[in-house]
Amino acid sequence: MNLPDDLKYTKEHAWVTTNGKTVTIGISDFAQDQLGEIVFVELPEEGEEFSEGDAFGVVESVKSVSDVYAPVAGKVVELNDPVVDSPEIINDDCYGDGWLIKLEVSDASQLDELMSAKEYAQFLKEESE
Amino acid sequence: MSTPNPQQRGVQFDELLSFEISKEGRSSASLPVTTSSKKIPSQLKRTQPARLPQLSELEAIRHFTRLSQWNFSIDTNFYPLGSCTMKYNPRINEEVARYTGFSHVHPLQPVSTIQGCLQLMFELEKYLAEIAGLDAVTLQPAAGAHGELTGVLVMRAFLKAQGNPRKKILVPDSAHGTNPATCSMAEYDVVQLRTGPDGRVPASAVAKAMSDDVAGLMMTNPNTLGLFEKEIKEICDIVHSKGGLVYGDGANMNALLGQARPGDLGIDMIHYNLHKTFTTPHGGGGPGSGPLAVKKHLEKFLPIPRVIQKSDGTYDLEYNRADSIGRVRAFQGNFAMMVRAYTYIREMGPEGLKKATELAVLNANYIKAQLKDYYHLPFGEGTMHEVIFSDKKFKETHVTTLDIAKRLMDYGFHSPTIYFPLVVFGALMMEPTETESKEELDRYCAAMIEIAKEATTNPDLVKKAPHNTRMRRLDEAKAARELKLRYQF
Repeated sequence: MNLPDDLKYTKEHAWVTTNGKTVTIGISDFAQDQLGEIVFVELPEEGEEFSEGDAFGVVESVKSVSDVYAPVAGKVVELNDPVVDSPEIINDDCYGDGWLIKLEVSDASQLDELMSAKEYAQFLKEESE
Repeated sequence: MSTPNPQQRGVQFDELLSFEISKEGRSSASLPVTTSSKKIPSQLKRTQPARLPQLSELEAIRHFTRLSQWNFSIDTNFYPLGSCTMKYNPRINEEVARYTGFSHVHPLQPVSTIQGCLQLMFELEKYLAEIAGLDAVTLQPAAGAHGELTGVLVMRAFLKAQGNPRKKILVPDSAHGTNPATCSMAEYDVVQLRTGPDGRVPASAVAKAMSDDVAGLMMTNPNTLGLFEKEIKEICDIVHSKGGLVYGDGANMNALLGQARPGDLGIDMIHYNLHKTFTTPHGGGGPGSGPLAVKKHLEKFLPIPRVIQKSDGTYDLEYNRADSIGRVRAFQGNFAMMVRAYTYIREMGPEGLKKATELAVLNANYIKAQLKDYYHLPFGEGTMHEVIFSDKKFKETHVTTLDIAKRLMDYGFHSPTIYFPLVVFGALMMEPTETESKEELDRYCAAMIEIAKEATTNPDLVKKAPHNTRMRRLDEAKAARELKLRYQF
């Protein structure tokens, strides 16, 4: 399982990286592996606002359909359009080219609630027990 | 034609599409020359003929018969699809459903001419009410999820009549996907309850989530892990104490017939899947039927028309029910399925149904005992009619549940349900039902054990399966990404 140390994670298997007031969000290696081959991605519109825990998008694989939840509250400032046309990018490179959206964070303190790679690994271990 | 496969038994050929067999001018039927075409307004008339395949009758018969021979069904092989109760559909059901008194009637006939049909519906409602330990039944819903929606609409109507329909419904994370979907359809928000470490919903979780804003709880018992929800009575009491209702998902009723009654456990309403529990055809052989049983105080909200017996003993359809949620289906529902389920219940009798449940539970436990040393068993205790394993033991060789499912086809079995319930990663959910013999279960378990060994010693064999089927492994992702939904002329 590839869980980069420089990212933050959520219990809903999203990853987050911070760049000033903006965060980039994607789904974790665990999530893409559990989903299997992703065949469809639905992203929000630019400018849409989400509260923490809101579903902002959908990923669908041959196995199942899952909502993707906003790790923190914010406004969508950028979308990764290529993953909509080629969802397999998420399977191939979930932490790189397979990112989903960028949010302008409205409450930076929510970032402190996210898990480190180590905490997320522990969470996954408990989940699979 | 495909390349002959030496391991393939019998003769099976690739089949061209009917459009590809088509030859200009061939036809299976001669239609009379129409004399009424002048009455059709000119803007509605076709400017060119419909692009239909042109086949002689023999070509059409052979084409569809050959396609039908590719079918995998309960009539050809074992089908341990968990949560689906793929039991044998007795032929007596088919015989009775074809009685002309049942098959040659029209729903708009005067009720005086369909007394037998109404009597059958009236009695079937009584039987289903008795089995559920509830008071009234509607046979109208066309399938399980439709029964759920009818139930939640009844829940909404009941609460609305009390002044507040409320906003949320509690649904455990092990629930069938139809449960949260039903809530959304009925405009309720879903609050997910987490399964406890023993695979069951703890009453404490319900107590914590229950409030005056919660309309009720949807609960499957036994749940999708095949385990009986032991705290069901306490859970129902908690929901009732806050004025909510408990909806039972009856998908797993095959584990309870004659053993326990949902109504006695505190459940307020439950749907049946006649196509699971009561041996009416399933899947493509359907249609389904999802009757809803409710407690007395919910009866007035059931869909109209209601089948009633009048004081002179005759039967009638009653439409005048002010509190009814209205119709949920045209006419009376899928009537021919009611005939089959009625036949099954009458054939089996109370003792027979009880015995069927016992054998269904025994068969699932037999599979569990045979396979537990070879597959990871996340919840070991209290297995009822279905048993859930996972692919966890094969992490090292990266053989997954999907690979195991594909490999099973090489041995002549349908796959179990895979990747469900979601609370078990890589779930393999097996439900043998009561209608399989010990020999068939032994053959299945032997195949599963062989695959477990292959997964360790020869993982590539499993990962590239199936090898013996007409088609090899299909590219499911490509099929979903590049949808081709119509013939390209």
